[in-house]
Amino acid sequence: MRLQFILSELGIGLRRNLSMTVSVILVTFVSLTFVGAAGLLQVQVDQMKDDWYDRVEVSIFLCPDQSEQPTCASGEATGEQIEAIGAELAGEALEPYVQDVFFESKDDAYAAFQERFADEWWAEGVTADQLQASYRVALVDPEQYQVISDVFTGRQGVEVVRDQRQVIEPLILVLNRASLVAAGLAAVMLLSAVLLITTTIRLSAMSRRRETGIMRLVGASNLFIQLPFMLEGAIAATIGAALAVAGLWFGVTYLVQDWLAQSVQFVPYIGTDAVWTIAPLLVGVAILLAAISSVVTLSRYTKV
Amino acid sequence: MGHVRALVRPVPPRTCPAPDDWLPPVIRFENVSKVYARGARPALDDVDLEVERGEFVFLVGASGSGKSTFLRLVLREERPTAGRVFVAGKDLSTLSTWKVPHLRRQIGAVFQDFRLLPNKTVFENVAFALQVIGKPKHHILTTVPDTLELVGLGGKEKRRPHELSGGEQQRVAIARAFVNRPPILLADEPTGNLDPTTSVGIMRLLDRINRTGTTVVMATHDDEIVDQMRKRVIELENGRMVRDQSRGVYGSDR
Ligand SMILES: Nc1ncnc2c1ncn2[C@@H]1O[C@H](COP(=O)(O)OP(=O)(O)O)[C@@H](O)[C@H]1O
Ligand SMILES: [Mg+2]
Repeated sequence: MRLQFILSELGIGLRRNLSMTVSVILVTFVSLTFVGAAGLLQVQVDQMKDDWYDRVEVSIFLCPDQSEQPTCASGEATGEQIEAIGAELAGEALEPYVQDVFFESKDDAYAAFQERFADEWWAEGVTADQLQASYRVALVDPEQYQVISDVFTGRQGVEVVRDQRQVIEPLILVLNRASLVAAGLAAVMLLSAVLLITTTIRLSAMSRRRETGIMRLVGASNLFIQLPFMLEGAIAATIGAALAVAGLWFGVTYLVQDWLAQSVQFVPYIGTDAVWTIAPLLVGVAILLAAISSVVTLSRYTKV
Repeated sequence: MGHVRALVRPVPPRTCPAPDDWLPPVIRFENVSKVYARGARPALDDVDLEVERGEFVFLVGASGSGKSTFLRLVLREERPTAGRVFVAGKDLSTLSTWKVPHLRRQIGAVFQDFRLLPNKTVFENVAFALQVIGKPKHHILTTVPDTLELVGLGGKEKRRPHELSGGEQQRVAIARAFVNRPPILLADEPTGNLDPTTSVGIMRLLDRINRTGTTVVMATHDDEIVDQMRKRVIELENGRMVRDQSRGVYGSDR
């Protein structure tokens, strides 16, 4: 009886304010999509950091046959120079910074090159002599690149010292900024969602003032009076959240996996499982929105 | 107006109750004052009275004398500025907000403007009062027709308020107020919108409800009805209680 009655009251409320209900659904949909996008970008950034920072290396490229660099004026790096660098990397001064050192000879570089570009027609003409040997140094703390760079830049036989992070960092920076922008937009949209839900509940409460007045008079409990309004807000917000989750799922599936992952391949992309991870969060935010709005509005408009 | 005279019933002699079945007054005002706005004159000024179980009380006085305020204090729609109000033995000043609904289930209330729901039928309007306090369906299905029969609306269950006369609408309102069999019924100028003949019918109904043991407090302007009924009359003037008379008439100077 009770449940049936509350549901029928709820139905009346939803129908009576249909256009308002739809707008609540849409505004929560859009705002939660931004919240979700910000979240997903953050997940993406974390995933990239996790994936790359472990593998990130400082590469000390040794002078090849032909080089414009002044440090390579005497031609290809000699075995002596190479050994001296290797000894220093293994030495006591750099021990706190260096985790691992790997020497890639010209032949190793050639093998790797051929493997990577096996299908490309232009790779066939490349010979081992055109490539260069290098030290790959994994750092204990990837932020300490400068130490290695200071030691080896400008040394005879070293063409250039390069930190792989310099390649990744701008990308992560862009993603972080995008995530911030999304979060900012999300905040604005969430605010408007709260205002809109508040207005909707207020209108709904006012359009049913007669009913709620009688309910109070005959001794209906506060919860009984307010529940239909709360459910109205909560249902609309939850539908909005469901739409946002659907939107993000499509975004990740078609935009990230089907398109980005095909065109820019070196990035470890997030999958739809990330969407499912943040889905409960979005529904939670939606219900929180509705709850805040209900409490704010109902305490004022349907007081005992 | 001979037909009104028929309403007057002999008052049974008051018997002094034995101490062990003594019941507290149903309504008790202890030096109650109510000031709505700071600086305004009080709507009720130091009112001190008791209404016993089963009594029928008229609350009379000019417009603005504080009758509605009195009833709102009993319903705890307002709280007194000074003094204490007791209803059914409970001190309303210490009653927590979440217990107010329970208090109101013991009080039926009827108003001049009926306050019916226009898109619900007579049956639904009365059933509404039980639904919203969570009564089970079978209870509603038996109680509502009984109550409609009692107020003389048998056979009109499916009508909507706009298909009824004013008197019939007020009967629906009374049925809704009484359907949960509250020990107290408050009526704020229930005949204010009705013609004299219809008013008599409503009074007869309230009298019948009173005889079931329900305490009735009725605020009214209608001197003829008060004069004919010969019930207890409490008169307010600018918020002060100026008369409390058993078997009284409307104007004390007549
Ligand atoms: N909600 C309110 N706010 C401020 N003043 C009020 C309010 N209700 C009643 N009053 C004032 O209190 C006085 C008593 O009003 P009321 O109890 O309605 O009298 P009655 O029902 O006898 O006409 C009047 O002066 C009225 O203006
Ligand atoms: Mg009044």
